[in-house]
Amino acid sequence: MSATTALRSGSARRALPGLGLSLGVTLSWLGLIVLIPLAALVIKPWSLGLAGVTAVLMDDRVQAAFRLSFGAALLAAIISLPLGLLFAWVITRYRFPGRRLLDALVDLPFALPTAVAGLALTALFANNGWLGGPLAEAFGWQIAYRPVGVLIALIFVALPFMIRSVEPVLRDLTLEGEEAAATLGATRAQTLRRVVLPALAPALITGFGLGFGRAVGEYGSVIFIAGNMPMSTEIAPLLIVVKLEQYDDAGAAAVGLAMLVLAFVILLALNVLQRRLRRGRA
Amino acid sequence: MTVEIEAVTRDFGTAATPALRGVSMTLRQGEFVALLGPSGSGKTTLLRILAGLDFPDAGRVLIGGRDVAQVPARARNVGVVFQNYALFRHLTVFENVAFGLRVRPRAKRPDNAEIARRVQELLALVQIPELESRYPEQISGGQRQRVALARALAIEPQLLLLDEPFGALDALVRKEVRRWVRGLHDRLGITSILVTHDQEEAMEMADRVAVMEEGRIVQFDAPHSLLDAPASAFVASFVGDANRLTGSVNGGRLGIEGLGAFDADGLPDGRTDVFVRPDEVRVVPPREGLTPGIVEWSRQADRGRWKILVAVSEHRLEGYAEQPIERGAPCAVELQAMTVFGAQGERVSLSGRLAANSAMPGV
Amino acid sequence: MSVATEDPPWARRLLVTLAILLGIAIFLAPLAAIFTEALRRGLAPALEAIAEPDALAAMRLTLLVAAIAVPVNAIGGVAASWAIAKFDFAGKRLLVTLIELPFAVSPVISGLVYVLIFGAQGWFGGWLREHDIQIIFALPGLVLATTFVTFPFVARTLLPLMQEQGREEEEAAATLGAGGLQTFFRVTLPNVKWALLGGILLCNARAMGEFGAVAVVSGHIRGATNTMPLHVEILYNEYMFVGAFAVASLLALLGLVTLGAKALLEYWTARPMGVEA
Repeated sequence: MSATTALRSGSARRALPGLGLSLGVTLSWLGLIVLIPLAALVIKPWSLGLAGVTAVLMDDRVQAAFRLSFGAALLAAIISLPLGLLFAWVITRYRFPGRRLLDALVDLPFALPTAVAGLALTALFANNGWLGGPLAEAFGWQIAYRPVGVLIALIFVALPFMIRSVEPVLRDLTLEGEEAAATLGATRAQTLRRVVLPALAPALITGFGLGFGRAVGEYGSVIFIAGNMPMSTEIAPLLIVVKLEQYDDAGAAAVGLAMLVLAFVILLALNVLQRRLRRGRA
Repeated sequence: MTVEIEAVTRDFGTAATPALRGVSMTLRQGEFVALLGPSGSGKTTLLRILAGLDFPDAGRVLIGGRDVAQVPARARNVGVVFQNYALFRHLTVFENVAFGLRVRPRAKRPDNAEIARRVQELLALVQIPELESRYPEQISGGQRQRVALARALAIEPQLLLLDEPFGALDALVRKEVRRWVRGLHDRLGITSILVTHDQEEAMEMADRVAVMEEGRIVQFDAPHSLLDAPASAFVASFVGDANRLTGSVNGGRLGIEGLGAFDADGLPDGRTDVFVRPDEVRVVPPREGLTPGIVEWSRQADRGRWKILVAVSEHRLEGYAEQPIERGAPCAVELQAMTVFGAQGERVSLSGRLAANSAMPGV
Repeated sequence: MSVATEDPPWARRLLVTLAILLGIAIFLAPLAAIFTEALRRGLAPALEAIAEPDALAAMRLTLLVAAIAVPVNAIGGVAASWAIAKFDFAGKRLLVTLIELPFAVSPVISGLVYVLIFGAQGWFGGWLREHDIQIIFALPGLVLATTFVTFPFVARTLLPLMQEQGREEEEAAATLGAGGLQTFFRVTLPNVKWALLGGILLCNARAMGEFGAVAVVSGHIRGATNTMPLHVEILYNEYMFVGAFAVASLLALLGLVTLGAKALLEYWTARPMGVEA
């Protein structure tokens, strides 16, 4: 083999320069900021031993907090399904005065700092608030400082994800499919159920996953309206803060790790469901 | 500048067969060569290797006698006109053409006045001096192509590579631009390689055409040689129009179902591919001793010449007649020449004498 | 829209009315509540709360934290997008997933992880104490937690655009003699500048408004480690509602300005950017 023959495979060489530098920067950035710290989260709880971690997680207060956080987040994501569909449908399909404003408003929870949102929701739903007042008077409902307050805050957080996941799919969905269904004799309701809804299903699952994922870890929007009573309105992220204040780093890490693992399991299940749906269609 | 490509192999590992399997060819100084082949035959991969945008797994490439294995794209001085032109969308036409001059190392960079002079010269050369302050999205496809060419020429390349440069143009403009590019080549004398899947384009523009099939060059020849002496059945079917038939040889006689038998000395027994150019199929009114057929359609081709599709038993043959023949009417065909490829790829060209004397009804 | 795909008028009216009412209740009312509460006693007390020394210190700190975290994530995001969009290498999909990971993590956990490393009981806690270096309950901790939380923003806005634009222009630049940095600054960067600006704006808005992550690492030392959102919390917990809502109004304005700028950028570039975080 002559000296000038390419000894390395052609794929090992790059025409554009800069991969080494950019990948080096990327990996340092990712490693230092994200991966090493997350590794600490994975390792730290075990300083308590398996029994210690189990004890932390089996504690009644921890169990109650997990039930509230995961239950309310799932419920918020479920409620976001019809609400998100409504907003996305109205924004993409109808023309009415104020449509663009409504479209812009939907992004608000993304842009509003969480503590600000928390304060605002508390002011609204307190017994003397614009919404809390009438509800208390008319129905005797108390929202702030109750689990339902947590739910309201999480809907506020999760809903935009649902809307923004469904909206582009709905926009790209050509009317041809619906027209074809109509020419084949389907009623409007049949068309929606058999043509439109199946097409939206993957996006609905995506929105559900994003909304749930964000809601389950949400802190700022929730703690002001929640009341933070142990066993009743205390969310799991708050428990981490409480444990840190008691200098129980390992306990806090155990709660954090359990939250992450549980959330990933749920998101993974959604992912599998979504893949099944996609494959079923292909 | 001469270009020597020696046994170049490239396997992306993504397809069943490698993109290039031992490609060798040599280009003479100032030559215009076309790489012709269907998509996936490896022609663009070869072009990218020449440009330094991809690298061979084995083999070598010499440009102007120098091995370019260790020369990166930016130091090769090879001009490339990309398939979709790859114009810089955020730069004006002027700045697109000036780009190659502006990125030169300071010592070799011309000053602004010189750059302006050179760019204007190039834009005049490609006949779009008025577009210099436009952006790529504001000009037509044909104009973009000229900008891409001017940009590639600005670096005074020793080799010019054109990757399907006419594909994005509509048919009307294409023919004209083809002639103009070839004229430009003749004036500038830059060794050029054109990648195309359009055989008409390759045959019209190139001094020599390399026909590629599945990562190999199957024939590298002047256009007329590809037509007169195709190296394989693939070349015969890909280049030029041809009626493709199958026959079989038995004891030096070639039999084609429904068309008769022909002398075919030198062909071993077995299955054969037979190619007959429409020009070599004479269609006449029914005549004793000629193969009979039925006219399926006919239309006037030129003055005094009609293109006819004839059904002869199972075959459909395209040929020419010197008078119109009605659809559905009986006729006769006379094969004046054919190219036959034997089972092992041996080629025999049969001329008109052989074809005419041997129509044997009933074979 | 054809007749066949049109919903009956009563249904349209019902859905639109419902959406508008819910939109007002869910999205508009909270926004209005912030400004109303801030101005409950008039403009003067609100302005006073904002001009108060602790509030000003919180603003300075918020700006400082963002001024470090945002450039770090911009540089990382640009490098990652360039590597992923312009080259092929093993593990690309995993890399994309890892970059998005911080969005899937609770903000509180984003702060917690740094406490586990740099806190008193952390991996480097002893060493830091010996050398008298403060990371948790100090500026470095705030910066780290904020960087973690805002990590994916820039990469996320740039990457889809860069992938869509492909490599052809960079390859053309290479054949014309441009080197790596020349290609980046003359070809790649100008093509993505608006998306980069959008990503930076979104990253900045989140960095300045982040609450959960910094709450964990701050220690709430007034005038020293309180960012604006933390200052809001303290005021609120001390029943200084006008002050809390006044500072919150500033943060809400920041969010509104960011949304407006994003809308403007999307209008210019005719390309959605996405704000999901």
